[in-house]
Amino acid sequence: MSQRIVIDPVTRIEGHAKISIQLDDQGQVEGARFHVTEFRGFEKFCLGRPFWEMPGITARICGICPISHILGSAKAGDAILAVKVSEQANKLRRLMNLGQYVQSHALSFFHLSAPDFLLGWDSDPASRNVFGLIKANPDLARKGIRLRQFGQEIISLLGGSKIHPAWAVPGGVRGPLTTEGIDWIKDRLPEANETAELALTLFKGMMGKFKAETQIFGNFPSLFMSLVGPDGEWEHHDGGLRFVDAAGNILADHVAAADYQTVIGEAVEPWSYLKFPYFKLMGYPAGGYRVGPLARLNCAEHMQTPRAERELQEFKSLSSGSVNNTFLYHYARLVEIIAALDAIERLVDDPDILSDMVRADAGVNNLRGVGITEAPRGTLFHDYTVNRDGLLEHVNLIVSTGQNNLAMNRTVEQIAKHYVHGEKIEEGMLNRVEAGIRCYDPCLSCSTHAIGQMPMEVSLLAANGSVLDTVARG
Amino acid sequence: MAVKTLTIDGKAISAREEQTILQAARENGITIPTLCQLNGTSNIGACRLCLVEVAGVPKLLPACVTLVGEGMQVSTDSEKIHEYRKMIVELLFAERNHVCAACVENGHCELQDLAISVGMDHSRYDYMNPKCAVDITHKRYGIDHNRCVLCGRCVRVCDEIEGAHTWDFQGRGANTRTISDMFVPWGQAVSCTSCGKCVQACPTGAIFRRGSTVAEMQKDRTRLDFIVTAREKKQWIA
Repeated sequence: MSQRIVIDPVTRIEGHAKISIQLDDQGQVEGARFHVTEFRGFEKFCLGRPFWEMPGITARICGICPISHILGSAKAGDAILAVKVSEQANKLRRLMNLGQYVQSHALSFFHLSAPDFLLGWDSDPASRNVFGLIKANPDLARKGIRLRQFGQEIISLLGGSKIHPAWAVPGGVRGPLTTEGIDWIKDRLPEANETAELALTLFKGMMGKFKAETQIFGNFPSLFMSLVGPDGEWEHHDGGLRFVDAAGNILADHVAAADYQTVIGEAVEPWSYLKFPYFKLMGYPAGGYRVGPLARLNCAEHMQTPRAERELQEFKSLSSGSVNNTFLYHYARLVEIIAALDAIERLVDDPDILSDMVRADAGVNNLRGVGITEAPRGTLFHDYTVNRDGLLEHVNLIVSTGQNNLAMNRTVEQIAKHYVHGEKIEEGMLNRVEAGIRCYDPCLSCSTHAIGQMPMEVSLLAANGSVLDTVARG
Repeated sequence: MAVKTLTIDGKAISAREEQTILQAARENGITIPTLCQLNGTSNIGACRLCLVEVAGVPKLLPACVTLVGEGMQVSTDSEKIHEYRKMIVELLFAERNHVCAACVENGHCELQDLAISVGMDHSRYDYMNPKCAVDITHKRYGIDHNRCVLCGRCVRVCDEIEGAHTWDFQGRGANTRTISDMFVPWGQAVSCTSCGKCVQACPTGAIFRRGSTVAEMQKDRTRLDFIVTAREKKQWIA
């Protein structure tokens, strides 16, 4: 008799989702799906608003990476104003985005995923969380929390608050950094560097232990997409889009923001509120691609600083083509913290970040504007169409997690097929399925504009829909 | 000039006979919350936030349009008054779509400050969620009817200080809308001098500088005081 297991909701991720696993008559996994179950509707209710308000409104999509929405939205606004923001303003925007990379990546690694690595996949779920980590390894937990604080504080020093600072605006930013702010950042940089290196060393040391996870957690060929700089370097805010395939071949390069629809299409499935973007030239679903830290490192040819470059090349040496193992998103995230800290170090020595010439003023000069930025989780698109006065007539948001949708489904299926057998559900087995999702550090409130809590319920359903077994945890 | 003596909240004060309870209270450091009142323009008693109790009068009276009287015993601070004020603010929030987090006036808004001062943490009334338009056809300014509380400050400041009378009201009750000229988009209102007095007068984010982003609007009402003082007293002092 075929059965269905439902993990609802998935825990230790940002947002609300469930996983369903379909078993066949022999109790073997036939298929698995990752459902995003809530809908928020920003694309609809923003219509009629002045586009100047959009950075502030869309920031509210998410409390983890509001900065990405603020920056993506401000860039779309720049395009509508038809202005090029000043170098100074752009450097300040970049600095804030780097602060966000540090805080968001630190959150993903230390708070959400480290409990699995350090306490064990099968450890007691009641303590398999950041509090358990604090108990087991208070020193490491404190360092992780302080690393996140470092990133958050950079955001706050620039924008006045850690979350939702309405600071980047169409045409630039509202104000520069202060000398006190620079001093604070310089003072804390050594500690942040030390923690980032420690985490990276720790993870590399555990790679041998996680051979199975590396092979089973979403290890499959796919395309990757991210922004890259003019020379193919790692990029988090500017540049153009690049697609590479599993072998590392470049399929499209330096695609400008305004042309994104020539390479990206969006498909819809009836069982998820999350759309399925795909690379147009390969069609749906073959053109499914991954975004985020792993994709950025696969797309980038080099880093801007020697330390980050060393780490990038060591990472790339894991595979002759693209690194296809989803589990290594964690590794890529740590490399990116290093790259972000190096970039922050360079920026705080740049006198431009104290300049007050940071905001261009203009009227509505284009009726459409597209802004692209690299959120910690992957590439983010804000695409606005306005009327002559600047009131929004059409809004399209393509969010990082949405672009990993196909890959997350595939990852869930791969893990389920390996670990899930028989009618009785083991908690540790479900945790591995969830951990596959956690690799992507998905932000579902962003991607679907959903809100939710994260207790978890798993149901084992017979083919006729009757519940055979349920496991719940709050 | 006749002088009246009265008590406000038990404090004995004297005031000129042409003064209102609100003016007398303010001169003596007693705070009465207001919303539609704006220095330099006429008082209309519309918002009812300045309601006070007067001994011997069964109903509450608006302090902004009630003149002082000899022997008057005024109370600005009772449980009944507090309840009324809170109710009025809650009704204002329920009537339109006030989303502070995404508003240009967030942090500098009189309505928001009032809500905090009366201790409002939610509205007990169902939100009406009316469909309201945003008009940013004017070159420099915009009006978002979602955030309008119909206080009429823009109407009075435009009529009484600028003398243009671009703004007025259309409709009745909750369906009232502030309109420019004969209900044309603001950008087409030929009477508008683009002076910006209505922008400074507006207590919420309803009238704002075009291009303002979240929490960015800060209004300077002393400019209006300055103009009125200059005109009436020939004194050019801020």
